[in-house]
Amino acid sequence: MTDQNLEQAVAEAKARLDQHTYEIVQWHFHDSTGSPFWLQKKGELNFDPLSEVNNFDDLKKFPLFEDEWLRGGPVNRWIPKGLEGQPTYVFETGGTTGIPKSRVVIEDHRLDYEMFSETLPDQYFPKGANWLMLGPSGPRRLRLAVEHLCQHRGGICFCIDLDPRWVVKLIKKGWMEHLEEYKKHCIDQAITVLTAGHDIKCMFATPKLLDQLALALEERGTSLPEVGITGIFSGGTEFTPQWTRYCVEELFGGPAEESGVYMTPTYGNTLMGLACSEPVTKENKYKITYHAPQPRAATEVVSFDDPNELVGYAETGRVKLTTLTKELFIPGFLERDEAEREEPHELYPWDGVSGVRPYHVFAKTTTVGVY
Amino acid sequence: MLNIPVIRWGEEYESLETQEVLHHATGEAIANVSQANGGIIQRDLRKAHKAREILKQFSIEQLIEMVGKAGEYFVNGTLKMGDGEQSPQDFIVQQSASTGLPEHMVELGMSKNAFVLNNMDRILDSLTRGLPLDILSSGWGKEARGIPVSYQVQSPVLGAVLPSNSPGVHTLWLPVVPLQIGLVLKPGPQEPWTPYRMFAAYEAAGIPREVWSLYPGGIEAGAAVLGACDRAMIFGGTATVNNYKGNPKVQAHGPGFSKILIADDCVDNWEEYIDLIAESIYINSGRGCINCSGVWASRHTEEIAQALAERLGPIEALPPTDPDAGLAAFTVEGMTAAIWDMIEADLSEDGVTHSTASFGERMVEKDLCGYIRPTIVHCKSPENSIAKKEYMFPFSTVVECPEDKMLSSIDETLVCTAITENETLINQLMDATHIDRLNIGPIPTTKLNWLQPHEGNIIDFLFRNRAFQVPDELLG
Repeated sequence: MTDQNLEQAVAEAKARLDQHTYEIVQWHFHDSTGSPFWLQKKGELNFDPLSEVNNFDDLKKFPLFEDEWLRGGPVNRWIPKGLEGQPTYVFETGGTTGIPKSRVVIEDHRLDYEMFSETLPDQYFPKGANWLMLGPSGPRRLRLAVEHLCQHRGGICFCIDLDPRWVVKLIKKGWMEHLEEYKKHCIDQAITVLTAGHDIKCMFATPKLLDQLALALEERGTSLPEVGITGIFSGGTEFTPQWTRYCVEELFGGPAEESGVYMTPTYGNTLMGLACSEPVTKENKYKITYHAPQPRAATEVVSFDDPNELVGYAETGRVKLTTLTKELFIPGFLERDEAEREEPHELYPWDGVSGVRPYHVFAKTTTVGVY
Repeated sequence: MLNIPVIRWGEEYESLETQEVLHHATGEAIANVSQANGGIIQRDLRKAHKAREILKQFSIEQLIEMVGKAGEYFVNGTLKMGDGEQSPQDFIVQQSASTGLPEHMVELGMSKNAFVLNNMDRILDSLTRGLPLDILSSGWGKEARGIPVSYQVQSPVLGAVLPSNSPGVHTLWLPVVPLQIGLVLKPGPQEPWTPYRMFAAYEAAGIPREVWSLYPGGIEAGAAVLGACDRAMIFGGTATVNNYKGNPKVQAHGPGFSKILIADDCVDNWEEYIDLIAESIYINSGRGCINCSGVWASRHTEEIAQALAERLGPIEALPPTDPDAGLAAFTVEGMTAAIWDMIEADLSEDGVTHSTASFGERMVEKDLCGYIRPTIVHCKSPENSIAKKEYMFPFSTVVECPEDKMLSSIDETLVCTAITENETLINQLMDATHIDRLNIGPIPTTKLNWLQPHEGNIIDFLFRNRAFQVPDELLG
């Protein structure tokens, strides 16, 4: 793509985002379609979202979204009137102690993962292949979303039991032997599934579990390629360039063209869809750059001091998330991560984020990547 | 700036993740250190047996001779350090810069390491209580009285998760290679210097580099070293020690809570002991687990506290290049204030007196680091919250406690100096299992006898003395 074409694609994407923003704000703040939460909030705002939010930039008029608002019930306050009566899920995040944060979902998780599905190369994620979900079970969006992704691609998804809240408790209690045993328990389940003749070719795994699974397979004299895995998607702040390089060079036995195993990183959480990565290559030192699924969600890298000020390209700041779907409106939420701002890419002609890692102020107290 | 790679069984590995080692006072980057991820460590450790196989190609006596030479290189050589070189003077300046230790203390630490390396034969003879060393190599042999004896090695390598703030601990792992056991070290983030310099010195002395792995990294790397080695040591706080209590694979070294007890038969002569008490509190900037953090007596405690305050209170925080500098800097942002806040909270309790209060502000904050000047606190009772606290600077309480309550009140104590000639008390001290190292008489807690084990004998940790039988003709 030439610079001129990219410029045009960027402008078109921006126009799409502005139009989408307008429509979503209209939906969430109109008395006939909006959710009880936002209709009540509207009364507290010093502007009228229906007439004064016309583009993405206007979202700065809203105060930052506080995820504490998501704690406790009734969760129905989050369901837009326009979607009332439809089958609804509730997904939780956190919850090791106290009340977890909840998000209601009708079909966002399916739409997000169907969009993500379009980015997966069929060569390594063959249509009709069965999948293994090596991640958290329970009231998690990820669990159902991965299963849907697999089904959407024509396969059947095998899952394990994994309670991340118990894992966090084990770490906090310092019960490292129990933690080790629980990890083995999860890996044992995965190996049982992988070696039971289910013809599994694709999987989701958290970085830690993928690492452990590969090591456990090696101990049994086999490997991920040998048990038939060709496509892996993983995610989180632990999915670093160094970790990717280690996987490619040491666990898989080389890049996808040589080893037959392709791995793609993703970045996301219960509140947003799935940000996809530009191709990750050795030549690019395994640099990982994510682009949000615009216009349904957008990520920005903003100043540590002013959440409404974008940092320059390649500069570091806090990751700010905006979610704009008919089910959920989040007008600017400061993630617990920091990153560098990246230029638009031909596949994703809008800003990206790279080097995602826990926000340095929180990093000292956060327990990351526990499962 | 130096670039320091991960060492994987002697092979250099440049990670895509690096961490800078910064000068504690200027913030200048001194080195850029590659960081290992946990998976790399776990995979590498599958080949740990090779380290012992390589080392067994040499006799223990040969290895002892080689580490003696390594000692010479360590102190006098210009050695490879990452992508550059390091002279002895560079080492002193760099370690002081990143750890906040005064340069003369770094130099002293260097000579302690060299002493251990140069006296390895005597140290191993003492640690094994005279066992013929080939028994450790072959696994069995015959005692002088003709009975078979077997020492079975428990791991082909020793792992160690090392601290940043206490370079003195390195002497603990130095005897490992001569015992034909490989080394897997996770250096402290601010103290890569000693492990890497020792690696270079051992190699210069002819010890194959393939018996070493050096894995700088974060918490995950530390956990991987501890999890993947059958024998490992870790240095940390009380929580770390408690985490690994009862785990036979891990030797956890934490705070020492070392104490000096002055019994009733000697306490009236307390002035005679002030020098040794002050030395026990202050030497090496009070950073060691063997530094005294509590002086216990039944009477004269206020006078003792006052005398110690007069001796130690005026000591100032001096630049690390000053030969008179006695205090090490706290290099972690916010640590100085956090420690002082904890102390201040305890000082408000009834029965607690800050004896050094009249010698000026204790906390000295610089732009990027901080110091706490020596602090002496008098406690009317062992029940005072601060009575049994320990901090990483010259800090001690002086606790008033009846002699017959001392042993039941002092809790875990790494080094106990008991100044007494009272036979009954000495017998009780001998039986006190919460005391590790015991000094009877006026001996500083910080005085080491290198020919005695420190907090767990490394031989007992790495080898198992087991029953073993062979036909008489094999026994010879």
